[in-house]
This record gives sequence, C-alpha cells and structure tokens, in this order.
Amino acid sequence: MYDIIIIGAGVTGCAVARFLSRYKAKVCVVERCEDVCCGTSKANSAIVHAGFDAEHGTLMAKMNLQGNLMMPQLAKDLDFAFIQNGSLVVCMSEDDLPRLQKLYENGVANGVEQLEIVDSKRLHELEPNVSSEAVAALWAPTGGIVCPFGYTIALAENANANGVEFKFNTEVKGLSRNENGWAVQTNNGILDTRYVVNAAGLYSDVFHNMVSAKKIHITPRRGDYCLLDRTTGDFVKHTIFQLPGKLGKGVLVSPTVHGNTIVGPTAIDIEDREGVNTTAAGLDDLISKAGTTVDGLPIRQVITSFAGLRAHEDHHEFVLGEVEDAPQFIDCAGIESPGLTSAPAIGVAISDLLRDLMGLEPNPDFIPTRKGILDPKTLSPEEYDELIRRDPTYAQVICRCETVTEGEIIDAIRRPLGAKSLDGVKRRTRAGMGRCQAGFCSPRVMEILARELGVDQSEITKSGGDSKLITGRLKDRI
Amino acid sequence: MKYDIVIIGGGPAGLAAAVAAYDAGSRSILILERDDKLGGILNQCIHNGFGLHTFKEELTGPEYAERFIDQVIERGIEYKLLTMVLAISGDKVITAMNKIDGLFTIEAGAIVLAMGCRERSRGALNIPGFRPAGIYSAGTAQRLVNMEGYMPGRKVVILGSGDIGLIMARRMTLEGAKVQVVAELMPYSGGLKRNIVQCLDDFGIPLKLSHTVVNIEGKERVSGVTIARVDDKNKPIPGTEEHYDCDTLLLSVGLIPENELSRGMGVEINPVTNGPRVNESLETSIPGVFAAGNVLHVHDLVDYVSEEAASAGRAAVAFVEAGGREEARNEIPITFEGGPRYTVPVAIDPKFVGDSLTIRFRVGGVMRDRRVKLILDGDEVVKRRRQVMAPGEMEEIKLTRDMLDKHPDLKTIHIKVEEA
Repeated sequence: MYDIIIIGAGVTGCAVARFLSRYKAKVCVVERCEDVCCGTSKANSAIVHAGFDAEHGTLMAKMNLQGNLMMPQLAKDLDFAFIQNGSLVVCMSEDDLPRLQKLYENGVANGVEQLEIVDSKRLHELEPNVSSEAVAALWAPTGGIVCPFGYTIALAENANANGVEFKFNTEVKGLSRNENGWAVQTNNGILDTRYVVNAAGLYSDVFHNMVSAKKIHITPRRGDYCLLDRTTGDFVKHTIFQLPGKLGKGVLVSPTVHGNTIVGPTAIDIEDREGVNTTAAGLDDLISKAGTTVDGLPIRQVITSFAGLRAHEDHHEFVLGEVEDAPQFIDCAGIESPGLTSAPAIGVAISDLLRDLMGLEPNPDFIPTRKGILDPKTLSPEEYDELIRRDPTYAQVICRCETVTEGEIIDAIRRPLGAKSLDGVKRRTRAGMGRCQAGFCSPRVMEILARELGVDQSEITKSGGDSKLITGRLKDRI
Repeated sequence: MKYDIVIIGGGPAGLAAAVAAYDAGSRSILILERDDKLGGILNQCIHNGFGLHTFKEELTGPEYAERFIDQVIERGIEYKLLTMVLAISGDKVITAMNKIDGLFTIEAGAIVLAMGCRERSRGALNIPGFRPAGIYSAGTAQRLVNMEGYMPGRKVVILGSGDIGLIMARRMTLEGAKVQVVAELMPYSGGLKRNIVQCLDDFGIPLKLSHTVVNIEGKERVSGVTIARVDDKNKPIPGTEEHYDCDTLLLSVGLIPENELSRGMGVEINPVTNGPRVNESLETSIPGVFAAGNVLHVHDLVDYVSEEAASAGRAAVAFVEAGGREEARNEIPITFEGGPRYTVPVAIDPKFVGDSLTIRFRVGGVMRDRRVKLILDGDEVVKRRRQVMAPGEMEEIKLTRDMLDKHPDLKTIHIKVEEA
C-alpha cells in the first residue's frame, strides 16, 4: 500500500517525486518504459524559458517564472548541465514592433526580470549571426538551456536516494476506487495507493478521463528537430526565437549545453501518441524556416534529426491539482512547453498540495543534493591522471566522438536507477551522441552493458521492450 | 616522453608509415593505437582481395595487416595499444591516455596522422522516419558479424553501394540473411566494379541506382523501409515508392576522414576530401606534420594506402634529419579540369620530389573513353587512355624526376581529362 503513486517518469513525474521526497511518505513512480525520460521529456528544445511568452495570469506563466528562478540552484544541487545563455526573440520587420513590445509587456507583467528590447545594432553585437534584416529583439538574459536527460535523471536519482521507489516497464491499465483511495491496475499487478498523481504526459487525458466526468483532451503535437555537429556550437550564443506571428510560433536556433546547435521544432498536430517519426515534409519545412532569423545556418552539419510530441491540451494551459469529481487524484496534465522549465515549480506545488491534503511530515533524512556521473573532461590533467591510477577504466575511451570512457559508462549502469540499454547509456553519458551516431561505440557499449548486467549481448536493447539490437549468433539456425 | 616520429593510428597507414620510417633510418618511432590490437579496420575485413598490388597475391584483411604487423615487430618499433590521443598541439605535443601510463604527453619531432575515417550516419542524411533498433552502418554490422559473431538482422535492406555495403550484402547473405535490395542515391555505384559483380550479381541481389530510403518504420525494431526513385536533383519522385518488410537497414553512404585531431592542432583541411591539404611530401599546412591513408582522402584499395603511408613515413624521417628546419619552399599548385574533384597532393615543390611522385585523384561522375593528361607548362608529359573512370575508383598519375628536370623553371602543373 503506497501513500502516493505517480504515473509517469518524465520530467514532471520525477520533479513531483523529488520534491515529494522532502516529506515522509511511501511514494512510487510507475513508468511504462524501461527508463526515466523516455517520452516528451527526451525530445524537446531543451530550453529553460525566461517566462515572457506564456499569457499573463495563466498557471503556465506562473510556473514558468518560478521554474526559471529555481533552475540555477537546482542545477547546482542536483549536478546537471544548465547554462543561462539568455534568449533573443528576433523581430524581422518594423510592422511587427508593436507585437514585440506586447511580448515585452507580457513578460514584465509575468515578473520576468532584466527584459530589454534591443535595436538592430545592439542585437548584432550580441549575436553576429542573427539575420542582417532583423530590426530588433526582445532580450531575456534569464533564459537558459539545460540537458533534458541529465535534468530528469537527476531529479529521479535524488528522489530515489530519498526513498521514492521506481517501477519501470509498468504500464497502468486501469484505475478503480477502493476504501483507501485507488487500486492501480498495471501489467505487473495491482498497486494500492491513497493518492494518484497523473503525470502521464501524452496520456494524461486518458487517465484523467478514466476517473473524471469532466473530460480533457490532449493532442500530440509533433515537433521535428535537427541537431548539428559540435563544430557549430558557437554559431549562436543565445537561444534565437522567431517572433510568434502570422506563420505561427516559428522555429528556434539554439546552442545546447553540450556545444551542439539545435534547430526546431515544427508544430504538426497528429493522432498517434507514439508518432515520433520525422517526415520528409516536416524536415523540409523545418530547414526552410530555420534560416529566416539567422544568416548562414550550417544546416549541412546535421548529425541527427528527431521528433518529439508535446502534450497539447485544448485550452493550452497546465491542468494542475486535485480533480474536482475524483478526490485523491491529482492532475499534472497538459504539460507542454514551458513544461521542462516549469517542472520544479510544479513539483513544489503538487508536493505541497499533497502535504496539505495528507498532512505529510517533513522527511528528516532528506538529502537535497545529488552527484552526477563524473565527467573526467572537467578535471585538471593531474586530477585526471590520479583518477586513472585509482580506476583505469577512465583511461579507456569508448565513444570517440564525445570522448566518453568506460568508467563513465560503468558508473551510468551501476548507479541506482542505472542505464539498462544503449539509449540509457547515451542519455546519461553522451556515448553515441556525437557525429558518428554510435557507429563505433555501440558494439562496445553493448558489450559493457552485457557484462555489467550479467546477460548475454543478444539481450541488450536500444531502448527496452522489443528494441533488441542483434537477432542472434551466427549459424544459430543451422 | 619524446620521440622523433609519432604515428597516430596503427591501421594500415600507420603500420606502413612506421616500417618505412624505420627503413629510412629512424630508430625513434612510436605508434599510438586506440584499439587493443594493431591493424585497424582490416581486422574486421575478413574477405579476400587485399594485397594484389603489394604482395601479388590475394589476402584477407587480417592477413594483409599481419604482414605489416610482423614487419613492425621484427624491427622492434614501439607501439602503445588501447591508447587514445586526446589532443595534439600546434607545436607537436601529443596528449594521450591509457590504463598503464595514465594521462601523459609526448613531444614529437614529426607526426604522421593516420587516423583513418568513419562512416557517414543516418542522421547526416536526414532520412525521415522512426529511430528504432536495427539501423546500422555497414562497418558496424561488419564488426558485429566478423569479430563478435552476432547477426545484426535477418531481413536486410542496404542503402548506399559503398564497398563496405557491397561486402556486407554478400557477408549477410552467406550467413543466412535475406538481403533484398541495395539502393543507391547516385546514378552509379560508389564501390568497386569487382565488388558489384562478386557481392551483388553473383548472389542475385538487385542494385537500384538513383534510389533512396524515404521512410523508416518500426517503433522498437525496424519493421520496414520505403525506397523511392530520385530525380536528377536527388529528390524522391512521388509515386515511385516501394515498400520492403525488413528488420535491418544497413547504411553504406560514404566515409569521412576523421580529422578532429588535425583540426584541433590547426591543420588546414581540404573541404572536398575532408582531409588535410598536403604537398608532395604529404606534409600538411603544419611543417613536420604528415598525413596518409584514409585520414587524408578515402582510398579504394589498401595497397595504395600502404604505398602512400610509406612515402609519408620517409618524408617524416627527412624532416627530422634536416633538423626540423624547412628550406624555403616554392610550391606549384596542381590545377585540374574535366573530371577530377581533387588531387592529393594539392601542390608540389619540384625540388622535394624524388624519383617519382604519384598524384592521386577521383572523378565526380562515371566517364567513358577519356584521355588523362599531365601537363607541365603546356607540355603534355603524360597522356593515357582510360576506358571507364568512376567515382568509386581512385585514379593515379605518375610524375617523374625526369619530367621535372626537363622543366627547370616550372610554373604550372595541370591535369586534364578529356574525351578521347
């Protein structure tokens, strides 16, 4: 019997879990995939929004700002990559200046600090590669970029260290009332709990609608992205947004915390909640739009393209709190952009709500910090040499493109909630994320995974489930 | 640590450079290899066809490598395995690490870059679709099959007709997989003619030229791909789509010289080859830093890699023996027209050319009945008929000392490919 079951181990579920672990409660996160950060949280723009965009007075605006303000300290506490690089919303025509002004005013009303409208001259000083035709920009120095995997994994690991249980490969099939609260039916049996937190992302309407007569509706909104080689990492320093306009919100061009350039997303409403395939039309559209705010985008340096799905709720608003006609069922639904930014604020809000509803006591053993996987590249040569003497696996480079060592991969697998698949290792260490896209390192990582997990290499998957990487041994069918 | 000559990479290029450097008199040579054995990619190339030029017999990849490894060992040339070079400074200080030496630096008198190349990935082509398991570059599949004994899949579609893709079409077929089709974007194959015959035709595997993959299906493991014909701008033509059920997509869509270290130390790169710009001594824009093999430009045959690398090894010795000081150079750029996409070297100082110099190049399309001319100051010193020239096969042309001596005040070196 759990006090709280959280459905979904994306950034929202993990943030709720982490902030909930400040209190004494028996909490379990159930996740249908084999790892945390497998849905919307893994495929997005990786932006920490300043908070000028969300309409003033909405929950989105409030959570965005709070999340943005929390992020620098949280990144320190939980040791994940975050850079406050600032963002620029670029205005391409004099006619659009009033809309830029409106965006500024909305930001000020939301409480975003240091906002400034800069003229063309200042804009090009800040960002030389912005289109020469740009007339002005809204500059938000508090905007940032984050590693979405590192961030979500950090939240989960810290929650886990503070006593939150995680059940992977566990898909919720149904919810029914019982005397204490809820019986949660899963493919791995029934779990009893007093409260349920619905952080199911693209499926959050499915669970909400199971328990409530007041239906909500989520549309999977696909975004295609291109990721460019690290040699392009200094193409822009800020996150460059297009001024939302007649042609929609437009696409952004941004550095990533690891020195790549990301371009995206498109916005294509689809029906398939698993439809994370890119399409030729989507990529073409993306590439044609990406060039509008910057000059000389090195799009030929693309190393991979991918698509993510935003959980777009019909009213474009976060649905947070206890469901009116379903007591003990707490929604975190419709979490689309700026969801990544808002997650810590949502985590605090939902955990404090549960504290009040359930009368939770503080957890006296709460550890607020967590140490990430050691990246030896951050050490001085002397320190690195010493590390190799202590643990020679740190001298064995497995991923050449990103210089990831065996030591880091072993750490990623062995730590609590460790990696179980190629993608799990990739998201924790960046092995396979570079320009050769795992061509060289995948056989080696498979070997290390098999050894560390004590299974045959043929059992290793790309990302759990049926994503087996090899289909058998040679001559095994003779 | 301090060595006269440090060779980055212990594959075919690095081995040949080391042997030649030793034979030219150097006794202070170190090879740095990131893998656990010497031989590089040859170790996974278990098919035959190597060494016809060098040894006048057909060897497998590992056998070919072994011949050079034996020579390295006989000569007592030093090498370090499982050693990753992290950076090289412009003044030739190498930072590397391994489990025994930890993180360490080496001062080099001269450096031979021999890091080889990597395969172009699915991402670089921006192929739309899902991102399931079962998409491999041909070389990765080759490693899994030939070195680890695993089957990457059973029902295969191959995109790209580079040599590794062709070789793997045959290899997978021999291991019981069904290779349904090889699709090639270009109107010609990027591989050797003999590989098309021996690896596809002999096994009845269709090669579809001017075709590409337009969609990858399968949310967890590949379940199918769609290919389509492309127009002359390489854009898929609607209505020509063909669907194949398969569990594997192999990619053999080009090789890219791995010049991260070269770029890091400031070596100038030729955007056509993605390899360093080198002179007649295979010396890069940094004096005393030489390059050879697939890091310089992608080769078709390993024999030429060995030959080229030996020249680089000898040039490195000459550089060290000269005390590292470069005489004033008078470089003449090699110009070309009518077919070549690039030349290696890009420029020549005649006074540093020995008995002869091989100029290598590739053409940009399939051409029939051509004449290749080497023209020194308007004088056609080489004229050669070529029945077929194809991008998959490297061309070479020999410039001799004699020719140079007849043009003591040489101003232009020009290669012309024209209809015969």
